[in-house]
Amino acid sequence: MQIASMHFKERAHDNMGNAQLQGNLQKIKGKFVAKRRESLAELDDFESTREAARAIRQRALDDLDVWLEMFERNATARGATVLWAETPADVNRHVLAIAARHGAGKIIKSKSMVSEESALDRAIESAGMEVVETDLGEYILQINDYEPPSHIIGPALHKSKEEVSDLFARVHGTARKMEINELCLEARQVLRKHYLAADMGISGGNFFVAETGSVVLVTNEGNATLTTTLPDVHVAISGIEKIVPTLEDVATLMRVLPRSATGQSISNYVDVLTGIRGDGEFHGARHMYFILVDAGRSAVLGSEVGAALRCIRCGACMNHCPVYQNIGGHSYGWVYPGPIGSILTPSYIGLENALDLPQASTLCNQCGVVCPVKIPLPDLLRKLREQQFARRLRPWAERAGLRAWSWLALRPRLFGALTRIGVRALRRLGGRDRLIHRLPLGRGWTDGRDMPAPAGRTFRELHARRRVDGERR
Amino acid sequence: MRVGFFVTCLVDLMRPAIGFAAIRLLEAGGARVFVPPAQTCCGQPGYNSGDRAGAIALARKLVAEFESCDYLVAPSGSCTGMIKTHYADLFRDDPPLLARAAALSARTFELTDFLANVLELDAVPGTYTGTVTYHDSCAGLREMGVKQQPRALLARMPGVRLVEMTECETCCGFGGTFSIKYGEIATRLADNKCSHIAASGADAVVLGDLGCMLNIEGRLRRRGDSRTRVLHIAELLAGE
Repeated sequence: MQIASMHFKERAHDNMGNAQLQGNLQKIKGKFVAKRRESLAELDDFESTREAARAIRQRALDDLDVWLEMFERNATARGATVLWAETPADVNRHVLAIAARHGAGKIIKSKSMVSEESALDRAIESAGMEVVETDLGEYILQINDYEPPSHIIGPALHKSKEEVSDLFARVHGTARKMEINELCLEARQVLRKHYLAADMGISGGNFFVAETGSVVLVTNEGNATLTTTLPDVHVAISGIEKIVPTLEDVATLMRVLPRSATGQSISNYVDVLTGIRGDGEFHGARHMYFILVDAGRSAVLGSEVGAALRCIRCGACMNHCPVYQNIGGHSYGWVYPGPIGSILTPSYIGLENALDLPQASTLCNQCGVVCPVKIPLPDLLRKLREQQFARRLRPWAERAGLRAWSWLALRPRLFGALTRIGVRALRRLGGRDRLIHRLPLGRGWTDGRDMPAPAGRTFRELHARRRVDGERR
Repeated sequence: MRVGFFVTCLVDLMRPAIGFAAIRLLEAGGARVFVPPAQTCCGQPGYNSGDRAGAIALARKLVAEFESCDYLVAPSGSCTGMIKTHYADLFRDDPPLLARAAALSARTFELTDFLANVLELDAVPGTYTGTVTYHDSCAGLREMGVKQQPRALLARMPGVRLVEMTECETCCGFGGTFSIKYGEIATRLADNKCSHIAASGADAVVLGDLGCMLNIEGRLRRRGDSRTRVLHIAELLAGE
């Protein structure tokens, strides 16, 4: 996917001024935040389950090589082929080679964020094949000239029902539908033909299970089941970090994943796909491929921000992020938005290509407290900020300002003397209403807010004076 | 009981009255308050902006200044959160300092938490008549567990009626340097907060952190609201 993370500020500005988008973003709070809270109340002890989920994911990462090899062995033993992709380009190369081997001309696809990293759909089309997204959100984006997703579980969340109505009427050449049910039915009718005609199905993978060589798909529309079982060839693509040791582990993670994501006790569909269709079996692909993608993940593993790889892609961090809620997913400029995206994006595409992302957070830690696998997201953002500071990837004036602050604060007498002058000057700038309306070096603040002026005396000078007075008495 | 009072740099520079109000409250609860005279900053600006070396130097200074006290109390969830939850990371490669910081962290309290749970303040000196709403500051709430403490203290003021605003736990958009680097986003978040405050019908918004206070007051005034008061919980409890 094209990287636009360097345009964060401009995009956030545009998106905050887009009334339609702002209205659509409001739905997140009702749809995801409230439902998550209700569904977590069903669990006897969410915190213990959350801790268990964290431990499972961390255990998988701690010995990732072992689990990956076990997965490869078990998947191969059941007739599947395991392929490794070191880069996003390798993903596309593998998929095109598989398609060529099986003579596939038409490919259907269920949701895969990893495939967005390599813009797989475009690569398939460039190679002269047809690809159809079957996840409703992804389908909407595909027929809107491959609009980028704005959310990891609701890729078209930024679109209203009315916008989808217009899009369907235009692209399908049908009468404009007003009800969501009618729109879903229309999409279903269009997609059904594609399922039956496809030569190959591509899916993502929520989990790869090492002990069985299975891929687990967590979905709500049923499209992933059709995509992975109707065509003769199934290709599952996901990151190497998505491995878990056992099916039992999946059961635990499933207690927190749908609840954290959509507020469901369980998603409508959970597919566990193990091996190719055997003799006498009626379902399943005859040829099964797994593409396990590195694309920057092995470098994150064991690094300061390695905990980010525990992510199970529920989206709770972005749903609860006050910044995301106001600027929307497109502002972040790549595949993964919100707090987790602000860690993964710089880690995968380079810190120098996403300078704003580690900074664009108030560190309010709402993300950290909702994360079902306890990723300390604000702490990881701070680690990236430290790397930016050390690598001089922040403006000179900012670095100098911070250095000057700590230098001064380490010298209490000088600090006292200079702050006494400073607060008096700012007090005068505040005028009669005690508000500073425009700060020459603080336009970032005063463009949208007044700066309440300081009282004009520092606590330390007042306190020192009182102490002296007290001693005299 | 010797309580080391950390005034915090923002209160020191912007609103010294909050510092004196906090001291009055601590003394009302029977604490002997000691104010280390050379105190400056806990290191949070550097820590949150990537200047690890600067943050370590200031954290080291603070630990040395306060470790002789029985407690460290500050009128801020943000600065106490820094000491309690982040000093361990700063000193991870320095075991002796890590141990000293851990000992201090265990005795570090946000003001209202200390007043309600350690001093168990029964009566508060301040009087106030009016309807207030409380903004839960992020670090106070999510790092220090400050939620019921200020409300319990407000309940001891007969003239105060507390009405909760929608999303009282949502960030106001301050975020330290974020408020200047991403002023437009910070303003939007502050604006949302102001709308919730206005909708609550309260005459005053009360809170426990100066950063949020400046941000919210600054946006309220720019919106043309000169009526709604913005008060630090210490000012309200201690009386003006």
